[in-house]
Amino acid sequence: LAERSVPFDEEHDRDQNRAMAAVTLIPTSPDEAASLFGEGEDLTVFAGGTILLPEIAAGRLKPTRALMLHRSGLDSLETSGDVVRIGATTTIAALIDGTDDLLTRFAEHVADGEVRRNATVGGNLCASPGVGSQRGDLGAPLIALGARVRSTGKGGERTEPVEDFLAAGPAGRLVLDVEFADPQAGASAVVRRPHAHAYTIMRVCAARVGDELRVAVSGAAPTAVRSRAVEQALADGADSAAAAERVLDDVTPDDDALASSWYRSRTLPVLVRRALDDLR
Amino acid sequence: MRLTVNGTEHEVVAPPLTTLLAVLREELFVTSPKAGCQQGGCGACTVLVDGEPRRACLVPLAAVDGAAISTVEGLGEADELSPVQAAFHEHYAAQCGFCTSGFMMAAQALVDRGDATIEREAVIEALSGHLCRCTGYVKIVDAVTAAVRGDVAPSDASADTDPQGEDAVTLIPGSPA
Repeated sequence: LAERSVPFDEEHDRDQNRAMAAVTLIPTSPDEAASLFGEGEDLTVFAGGTILLPEIAAGRLKPTRALMLHRSGLDSLETSGDVVRIGATTTIAALIDGTDDLLTRFAEHVADGEVRRNATVGGNLCASPGVGSQRGDLGAPLIALGARVRSTGKGGERTEPVEDFLAAGPAGRLVLDVEFADPQAGASAVVRRPHAHAYTIMRVCAARVGDELRVAVSGAAPTAVRSRAVEQALADGADSAAAAERVLDDVTPDDDALASSWYRSRTLPVLVRRALDDLR
Repeated sequence: MRLTVNGTEHEVVAPPLTTLLAVLREELFVTSPKAGCQQGGCGACTVLVDGEPRRACLVPLAAVDGAAISTVEGLGEADELSPVQAAFHEHYAAQCGFCTSGFMMAAQALVDRGDATIEREAVIEALSGHLCRCTGYVKIVDAVTAAVRGDVAPSDASADTDPQGEDAVTLIPGSPA
């Protein structure tokens, strides 16, 4: 045991940690960001820093090359007609100030005001699942809204539904923007974060987009998921309570510091039912 | 890289991913932002970056190159507390004090926004990212609400540090006051 232990000073040496930002790239346009990203090999992408910076400061993450996006111009927020396009580095705070729709209401539940000034929409989609708690609070609303993610990387630019992007994972991809059309209706049910935690425990979102009714869950499994089983049950004529039970066909709730899988399994169908009832 | 901290310009030489918290505390010796959880959860390192409250532990130096930073050191004068400081003093809103500077900067941002009719609920929401392990929330929220509403007596910092005569206030150690 003694042989494997790392001396305290060595592990926590301040200067050693600081020297770890070997190469830092700071692009000043979206095109430059995309070309510096290339295929994303051996590159740590840095948007708001709410997840990465503590890891780096503690010496747990030692990126050899860091791509910092704060001057990349990927923070545009545009509305044309009923379509909203959100640049990857748009902060959650800017989202709340700049849009007046369903997503804004969900964004107000992301962490707290100060973290929201750092945290970005792209970072939210690329967040690793986390150890003590699930991450990516915006996953459920974006899936329910039928949002599409434009990203670049290996094989060039690609646009796909949020649920596909989340399922494939962010490795090798640089998110450029997210786009969705205003839904006809939307509703949400949530178990909010406790005061001492940053992440929403569980969120269910339902939205009517075109002739589709879409249902999504975040906070229950490592990434947000769309529940097609609930959508199908509703299409087959089930009432909201019966349809809501089907959510566990698509989601296997996790155990973590915020809630047990038992609690999540019991609560999730209730949240789905409430969101569906609210939507009607 | 350049930082203006409480009105004084500094030239900082540090790697771009150094946290603003480390730069303030260890390079510039501005120690009111506290290194609490150092992962964005506790609020003790909150400072104003160009007037907006941010967590110094979550902000890399490169992202604030050229910005103006305000910390508790910049509040008030040597012989006169700022309204936020005076409100904390008046309402006994500090216990061990570790969280206080973070709360004060969040409060200052609220004061700067200038909503004199702010609801207590809105204050609680605005402070929701801050933890007080002494659990002195009621008095902190009282103080911040008073400060934002402008309901604070102008305070002379030295006025009642040495109470004498009939006005002397007897504080019993450990009393809930």
